[in-house]
Amino acid sequence: MKRVLFYTNQFFGQIGGEEAAYTKPEVHEGPKGNANAIAPQLADAEIVATVICGDNYYAENMEDCRAYIRTQMEAFRPDLFLAGPAFNAGRFGIACADACAFVEEEFGIPTVTAMYEENPALEMYRKRIYILEAGKSAASMTKDAKRMAGFANKLLAGEAIGLPKEEGYFAKGRRVNVFSDKNGAVRAVDMLMAKIHGEPFETELAISTYEKVQPAKAVVDLSKAKVALLTSGGIVPRGNPDHIPAATAKVWGRYDLSGMDRLEPGAWESVHAGYDPVYANDDPNRVAPYNTMKQLAEEGVIGEIYPFLCSTTGNSTSVADAMRMGEEMVEQLKADGVEAVILTST
Amino acid sequence: MSLELRKVHIRDVVLGGENRLTDGVLFIDTKELESLILEDHRIRSVSFDLARPGESVRILPVKDVIEPRAKLEGGSSFPGVLDESMTAGGRGITVALKGCVVTTTGPIVGFQEGLIDMSGPGADYTIFSQYINIVMIIDKHDDINPHEHEEVVRIAGVKAAAHIGEIGLTCEEYEKTVYDWPVIGERYAQYPDLPKVAYVCNCMSQGLLHDTYFYGRDTKKMVPTMVSPLEFMDGALVSGNCVSPGSKTTTFHHLNNAVIDELFERHGKELNFVGLVLNPMMVTLKEKYRGAMLVADLVESLGVEAALITQEGFGNPTTDLMMACKNLEDMGIKTVIVTNEDAGTDGLSESLPDMVVEADAIVTTGNSNATLLLPKVDRVIGKLEDIERVTGGNVDSIKPDGTLLVEIHGIMGSHNLQGNTLLTAITV
Repeated sequence: MKRVLFYTNQFFGQIGGEEAAYTKPEVHEGPKGNANAIAPQLADAEIVATVICGDNYYAENMEDCRAYIRTQMEAFRPDLFLAGPAFNAGRFGIACADACAFVEEEFGIPTVTAMYEENPALEMYRKRIYILEAGKSAASMTKDAKRMAGFANKLLAGEAIGLPKEEGYFAKGRRVNVFSDKNGAVRAVDMLMAKIHGEPFETELAISTYEKVQPAKAVVDLSKAKVALLTSGGIVPRGNPDHIPAATAKVWGRYDLSGMDRLEPGAWESVHAGYDPVYANDDPNRVAPYNTMKQLAEEGVIGEIYPFLCSTTGNSTSVADAMRMGEEMVEQLKADGVEAVILTST
Repeated sequence: MSLELRKVHIRDVVLGGENRLTDGVLFIDTKELESLILEDHRIRSVSFDLARPGESVRILPVKDVIEPRAKLEGGSSFPGVLDESMTAGGRGITVALKGCVVTTTGPIVGFQEGLIDMSGPGADYTIFSQYINIVMIIDKHDDINPHEHEEVVRIAGVKAAAHIGEIGLTCEEYEKTVYDWPVIGERYAQYPDLPKVAYVCNCMSQGLLHDTYFYGRDTKKMVPTMVSPLEFMDGALVSGNCVSPGSKTTTFHHLNNAVIDELFERHGKELNFVGLVLNPMMVTLKEKYRGAMLVADLVESLGVEAALITQEGFGNPTTDLMMACKNLEDMGIKTVIVTNEDAGTDGLSESLPDMVVEADAIVTTGNSNATLLLPKVDRVIGKLEDIERVTGGNVDSIKPDGTLLVEIHGIMGSHNLQGNTLLTAITV
């Protein structure tokens, strides 16, 4: 029989109402409070213990609460962690979702919680855990408990989890490939006909919003600044020592430029698949203009040149990978006292 | 303008012997074909191989895939490529050999050449696994530079496809379809009760392995142009072995443009297909603005209510796609776009590097970054190690047990942006 640890708040754990919202976490053997609505519906599992915590206490003492849950996890060694449902209760939602995220990421066991679609915890945690759809208030407890138990049974049995709509969970935001029964052209014309006739249609890719990058303040005196050269144009020492891929790179390289006045053809090459590399191979400075930088330094326009080229291939790179690599580069450059960078693309 | 397309079904191919087509079996005199290909003195050697659906065969690095074609009446099968005199495509009678393709391979040109698996999980991701691949392995002389190398393999592929197509020219068993493309006034006037629709076909025009050829001319030297869909299906467009394998619009894709097929399918029933604009996507921002402006200008002149835009490539071309979409929507033309996604190997990243709010109707052909483990195969045509250098592969792609871990990017046409794939992506 599989073991389940259950989390709920002071109200559903039958400790008290708002006046008990600062109740510190406590544990009870077996199912307590609304855990009893779910326990009988678990196929081959039992709720071994119930953790109850006041909503305000969790919201204001998250680290303490996680530490308490860690202790209970180690004591009860469950196979699955259940929390809620939190309905439209904001603090309870955050506690449930945070506890699930903590357990899943620290202990690697599946977790399930449920809440109403407007619960603020949904947007905060949906990417990290399974959050099932639940009603607005406890009036839907019976239905929500059934859905949670059913989903938990699937997870415990190791069954494949279906699509969000089929299973009733909020999409985590992960794109997965599937084969359709119609090709893209047929689907596009279908969508076009619906759009023409003002009928409802569903775009297959929602519009993204991007983080706006605030330009840094101008360098006060460039003639005293240390400036680095960065490129996403895939210029690397010949032979590509770091094996930077031609596309979808997840790594970047840092290459010593000391003693050089320019990037010599033959010694450097482009490994970027996204553009015609012939002209960059003829003269790598066309993509990574180290020769011009060097000249500007000699003329005193630039104070000092950072003696490394930071390079990757910016080609079909996911936005997430690009952001991570950017942050890694900045960390290195800051540590090395670089005040400004010239970043060339292709 | 009217084109009769005769589809001759090929059920098997035999290399060697005299050229002939008997009971659906295509015999190819490879000696003769070899001499033809070697007329280009830049080619050192050429050899031929076959890969059939279901076989444990992997072909790489594949440059282009071309359907064998021949003209019974009305000019050349790839006009402007093999002939000096220009005869417009889309007229007369064309014979297409269905069920087989010419697949070009040989030493790698750049980073944009892909793989075709004839069986196993990889086969599901490429339409070419369903065809008998007549593989042509082309090796060039040492002093041929990359640009010439690309041209050599491109022209050789087209030559072979035209030559093999000729074998079926007089075959009496075929399936006939007649496509009509009346003059603009007639097109506009027909089916007054049906919504008028235009198609905008974006094509890459950005240099080595990022080029498209229109009647043999490099599309970098063009601005957006109104083209008849019958010219598309009759060899006016040839791929410059263009773009990463997964998003490649091969010459086969141009000849069998999935959107044109579908628009003709519904033409006169649900919609009135009145025009097509070919939009070359260039490198600089100014060129992109110019292209998007001219696309909107041409589509507006057609007086359509709606338009469909397909894509080629990703990254900076996404900006061309979005600009064109915005311009059309701003004119009140309801627009649907087709694109792939680069959502990261985990699928958690933003899918596209650029987007406009007007792009509210998108068809996706899948996340190109998703990885796939391909089993070891019995036979490789080409060079397996090249996977390490192409889009979708890397130095860790070949596993010690012989399996191959690739992003689906590396598979020919896996997420073809003309929608000629069943692949799509959903959010979970």
